[in-house]
Amino acid sequence: MTGAQALIKSLQMEQVTHIFGYAGATICPIVDALKDVDGIGYTLVRNEQNAGHMASGYARTSGKAGVCMVTSGPGATNLITGIATAHLDSIPIVAITGQVSSQQLGRDIFQEVDITGAVAPFSKHSYLVKNPNDIPRIIKEAFHIASTGRPGLVLIDVPIDVQNQDLQDFQYPEQVSIRGYKPSVKGNELQIKRVVDTIARSKQPIICAGGGVWLANARDELVELAERCSIPVVKTMMGLSVLPTDHPLNMGMIGAHGNHCANKALAKSDLLIMVGTRAADRAIVQPDEIERRMATIHIDVDPAEIGKNMQAAVPLVGDVKVILRQILDRGVPVTDSAAWLARLQDYRKAELARVFPRREGYVFPGTVLRCLGSKLQEDAVVCVDVGQNQIFTCKYLPQKHGRLLTSGGLGTMGYALPAGIGVKVAQRDRQTVVVCGDGSFQMAMNELAAVRAENIDLKIVLFENNVLGLVHQIQKTPPYHGPFGVDLDGSPDFAQIAAAYGIPSIFLDDEDRMDRALDQFLSTKGSCLLICKVHPDVGTND
Amino acid sequence: MKQTISVLVENQAGVLNRITGLFSRRAFNIESLAVGVTDDPDFSRITIIVDSGNSVVEQVEKQLNKLIEVIKVRTIPEDKMIGRELVLVKVNATTKTRQDIMTICEIMGAKVSDISPTSMTLELSDTPERVDTFESMLRPFSILEVVRTGVIALQKGGGKI
Repeated sequence: MTGAQALIKSLQMEQVTHIFGYAGATICPIVDALKDVDGIGYTLVRNEQNAGHMASGYARTSGKAGVCMVTSGPGATNLITGIATAHLDSIPIVAITGQVSSQQLGRDIFQEVDITGAVAPFSKHSYLVKNPNDIPRIIKEAFHIASTGRPGLVLIDVPIDVQNQDLQDFQYPEQVSIRGYKPSVKGNELQIKRVVDTIARSKQPIICAGGGVWLANARDELVELAERCSIPVVKTMMGLSVLPTDHPLNMGMIGAHGNHCANKALAKSDLLIMVGTRAADRAIVQPDEIERRMATIHIDVDPAEIGKNMQAAVPLVGDVKVILRQILDRGVPVTDSAAWLARLQDYRKAELARVFPRREGYVFPGTVLRCLGSKLQEDAVVCVDVGQNQIFTCKYLPQKHGRLLTSGGLGTMGYALPAGIGVKVAQRDRQTVVVCGDGSFQMAMNELAAVRAENIDLKIVLFENNVLGLVHQIQKTPPYHGPFGVDLDGSPDFAQIAAAYGIPSIFLDDEDRMDRALDQFLSTKGSCLLICKVHPDVGTND
Repeated sequence: MKQTISVLVENQAGVLNRITGLFSRRAFNIESLAVGVTDDPDFSRITIIVDSGNSVVEQVEKQLNKLIEVIKVRTIPEDKMIGRELVLVKVNATTKTRQDIMTICEIMGAKVSDISPTSMTLELSDTPERVDTFESMLRPFSILEVVRTGVIALQKGGGKI
């Protein structure tokens, strides 16, 4: 058995069912070994970056590590943005790259780059395989590292000669033993007691749920804690959709681009319980103020996040799901928060009833998203890109019991469409909607080919304002001197682009026609593009 | 404040790269770094001196711990530390100055590693402060070259990291 065959066999042992990839000379032996294998699907992307995003969408909805595989050199460097995007959002991915022959490493030969060196700052771990006999152990370790503790991306760089060499014998390890890697699972009992006592003392507590809640699959525990203690919940962008919009404890998204209600709740609370969040700058704008004004509890699986951006009074390290269960089992008390909750619910109602502006000949994104959200299935997945479309969607799209996926940490334009494809590959029957702007869509629209090739039913909402809206918005405020270099002149007719890939489209520039257009859009058999005409001056605070 | 971090790592290619990369990426400054294999060839010990406050050092420790090849990280308190640095100093030395230099070596406990008609190369292993003193005492004789290993450290007593 060759190294390449051993690698594919190892992926099978890890129950891998799909690979997103782009072949090239140095990965050919592995691609060749994949050819005769049943049970592992393969999607050819149109740019390696999107292999990372597809693996991300796949991982975030399937609960398994996503796998992407590209060739050396430019294949690997193109993948870097996908890798960094996954890393900043802690998404479990195993990335496999081909590499030039190991005897030639370091000579700058054709399509050689030091990819393990390049991704070191934004990957959880990486391997450069020197011996084919190490492949089973490395694959086993890679999946373990990617999907345990704080999840992340592990890259495996495999020189072509190692792919071609024979193994002495293939034995897949049953267990991993990595001396330097033992993530905490259970929370310290003394700290759990302190958490319970602190909650009991609070009058105006608030839970801030981050992406870690999803990563730990701890939605149920979080909701149970909030409901049992009557604690209102705010979310970071990565934590969105842990609670349906109409849940009485849901106060929206915090942060620079968040909901007023959520930010008010955060500012006025006397206890902030951060769960699976790193208190990043976009979510917690003034960590010093928070530290000064209220008690804080910080629950996270990564000890390095405790005290990195914010110093919490009660830190608690371990698996979020396990810790929340420990807190619940300790008999956490109902807080005396009725007055606090009533006040917040008033803010919330006012915000949800907010009237959006109207313009003749255009639609307002908030209006479209509000209507769209109400029509989606209970467990629909919405993948949203980066820019104004992201802010509008995160702020105003009504949530049910589905998911909202976006590039929260790195803010990578062009994430949504490939992520949506990844979701669909993992869960073919799950309703999936992609929301883009005309800037971000043009960064990834080549992947309509993958939509077509995979015969995927993906509903794509495109807000077309012919401008990079969020940058335009920033440029209009001091110290800048007005918009420059943000007009998307030269953009194509998106309906024709979609048609070229065999995808029908619907054009919407009239809010009176919106309801019917959305029904038609969602009921179209197969993929569909909804082009929404948005005025270029629309801002996210309108 | 200078603090000494002792890091036990897997003795593998690329580990040092990951560690120094981590320092530069997180904007932590390394004052000195010394690395060598331990009694068990599977492991290396890295001694890093950083000049930072406690909260930064705590974050350094946590980030180091996240690296898969890092087995253990410990900040060694000054009063519990045996820290040593090796220095080689090549200094101008003529028949006139040789005896004075020898006197300094005797006082400091340094050895003469090499000698030529115009120079002497001296060797001292001691605490960084005494190495500094040694260097400053030799400066008037005109130093040609200096090389220091950076501090290596163990904690006092029978405990191990």
